[in-house]
Amino acid sequence: MRALTRRQFLAGTSLAATSVAVGGWARPGHAQGGPVKIGLVLPYTGVYAVLGESITQAMELVFARENWTVAGRKIEMIKEDDEMKPPVGIRKTEKLIDSDKVDILTGPVHSGILMGMRDKVHSSKTILIVSNAGADAISRDRCSKWIFRASFSNWQPNAPMGPWVAKNVAKEVFIAAPNYQAGKDQLGAFKETFVPAGGKIIGEDYPKLGETDYAPYLTKIRQSGAKAVYAFFSGTDAVNFVKQYDQFGLKQHVRLTGAGFLVEPDVLPAQGNAALGVVSGHFYTPLLDNAVNQRFVKEFKEKFGGKMPDGFACQGYDTAETIVRALKAVNGNTQDKDKLVAVIEKTEFESPRGHFRFDPKTHNVIQPFIYVREVKEVAGGLNNVVIDKIASVADPGTGCTLPA
Amino acid sequence: MPVPILADVFAQTLNGLSYGVLLFLLSVGLTLIFGMLDVVNLAHGSFYMLGAYAGLALIAATGNFWLALIAAPIVVGGLGMLVERTCLRPLYRRPPLDQILLTFGFIYLFEDVVKWIWGGRIRSIPSPALFSGSVTLFGATIPSYRVFVIVFGLTVAAALWALIERTRLGSIIRAGVFDAEMTAGLGINVHRVFTGVFGFGAALAALSGVIAGPIQSAYPAMGTEILVRTLIVVVVGGLGSLKGSLAGSLIIGQAETFGKAWLPDTAMLIIYVVMALVVLLRPQGLFGRPLK
Repeated sequence: MRALTRRQFLAGTSLAATSVAVGGWARPGHAQGGPVKIGLVLPYTGVYAVLGESITQAMELVFARENWTVAGRKIEMIKEDDEMKPPVGIRKTEKLIDSDKVDILTGPVHSGILMGMRDKVHSSKTILIVSNAGADAISRDRCSKWIFRASFSNWQPNAPMGPWVAKNVAKEVFIAAPNYQAGKDQLGAFKETFVPAGGKIIGEDYPKLGETDYAPYLTKIRQSGAKAVYAFFSGTDAVNFVKQYDQFGLKQHVRLTGAGFLVEPDVLPAQGNAALGVVSGHFYTPLLDNAVNQRFVKEFKEKFGGKMPDGFACQGYDTAETIVRALKAVNGNTQDKDKLVAVIEKTEFESPRGHFRFDPKTHNVIQPFIYVREVKEVAGGLNNVVIDKIASVADPGTGCTLPA
Repeated sequence: MPVPILADVFAQTLNGLSYGVLLFLLSVGLTLIFGMLDVVNLAHGSFYMLGAYAGLALIAATGNFWLALIAAPIVVGGLGMLVERTCLRPLYRRPPLDQILLTFGFIYLFEDVVKWIWGGRIRSIPSPALFSGSVTLFGATIPSYRVFVIVFGLTVAAALWALIERTRLGSIIRAGVFDAEMTAGLGINVHRVFTGVFGFGAALAALSGVIAGPIQSAYPAMGTEILVRTLIVVVVGGLGSLKGSLAGSLIIGQAETFGKAWLPDTAMLIIYVVMALVVLLRPQGLFGRPLK
């Protein structure tokens, strides 16, 4: 390969240097009365791209309802693609905080990115409303006065499922999840309650995030003699795992259960009949019959070409709704950060998932319900039908002492 | 004794074989393009992705998997020839970095076009009705579609071997891989062969994409995800070698499958160890020509 000439090198680097310099120079002043800048650090490419898309769409739906103006200030969303890579996510976070000077930061999807951005957010006193990533630590020993979570902690959808599966499905279970923090957290929460309820973990596997061929694991599951599988997969992983599970003829013999992400509406159409009968625990299903949800489902489908909102969309809705209500409560004044935090902490409203409020102990949402859902054929295709529910699920918050 | 260990090994061998065969269909095109045009075609994974989506569209339109399996590679192969003729050819005299940048750019272009037409959501491709169940062979249960993939892939490998080793066209391609300038000196229109090989490679990638569809579904990032694995296969097998591509695919397929099953924490490491060993002990790859 021919090396770069000195001239090419100089041309390239000086171009890069110029763009950095101009970027800094052209930065507009930050004035009260200007737009409220909302930063989004989300994946728009890769295995969880559809999650980022759902969250963003629901936020746009809420802001559009307010005509993109709250308490006299325009709402400006600044979207950054974290590509599901922690180094990229952290760089984008720094960009949004340091050069865009966002008023409120939202995101990310990846628990690893959340853990990576935590210290920057905390030390810069930036208000972050987590719109997906469930890393338990953010509600525990790594909690922060400046961080709220409108989605879930990884513990929440799984812990109630342990006793439920032991009682209603099987006592010998094989567990599987992608090999990263959320996978370990989610299965950890399940084990924590499943084993004391008399359950036995027959085997466990952690395929890499973005795995496309689950055959080796499925063969192991078949040979393990497990009566059921409890799995956490999401996005494209969920599609491939559930489809291949069915192709291997496992579904007839080994019941598939898991965290709700496994069979969310973002993946159900692609899974098709392979998902029929899968039982999962989650804080949301588009079939909930409260008035807010019915309106949300209708408007979301109208605005986004018939797309069914999923739990991720509900999280985006609640993130944006929290922002709108908090901004109204402080009359658009985003300068007094302590005041804004106090207001967000007290924000309560009717969300599509039920009565939404933060736990003042951890700044994490208290799930109104964790629904046990089964995939069934209903009017309009496959969907998650509620077969049982567990009320008011709050993260234990071990080790979190706010204000920290 | 729970389950005979042999049945377990046999089941995982079949899993590895079906995965390896997919890698072969993908890597053989890349290695031929590499060997002949001296171009590292980073957009090769994109042709795989385009194949899956073309298959998806054709199945939606006709309801026939087999038709899609034949037509999608033709469409994508044509696109490949167009790319080579209009964009890549003017860059042959430029430094390799320019060609790499061009094919890198095509990754983003194709991904965005696909998102624009089909959206970012993962799309499922149904298995053909004939192979929708699972079969049990010697105590090992495997989806019948994967059995078809293995048989089909090995048949394609045999057909390719016959084409390259036993036909006049094949000897031109082999000559081109060995020394393109000398081949041109013999009065052969090397440019036309280049276009043909590039299109043929793209068509094979698309074929792999359609075949992979019922197993892995179709989504925009599928091409970039498989690309690294394909490059590893080419390095292990040796540049420009059909035999190398087959051997490399099967070795990587088995190494990864058994790694996942038996040493789950180091499964990814294993394929890199295999690659590192090959590069150390035989830098030209298993079946590559010795480096000058």
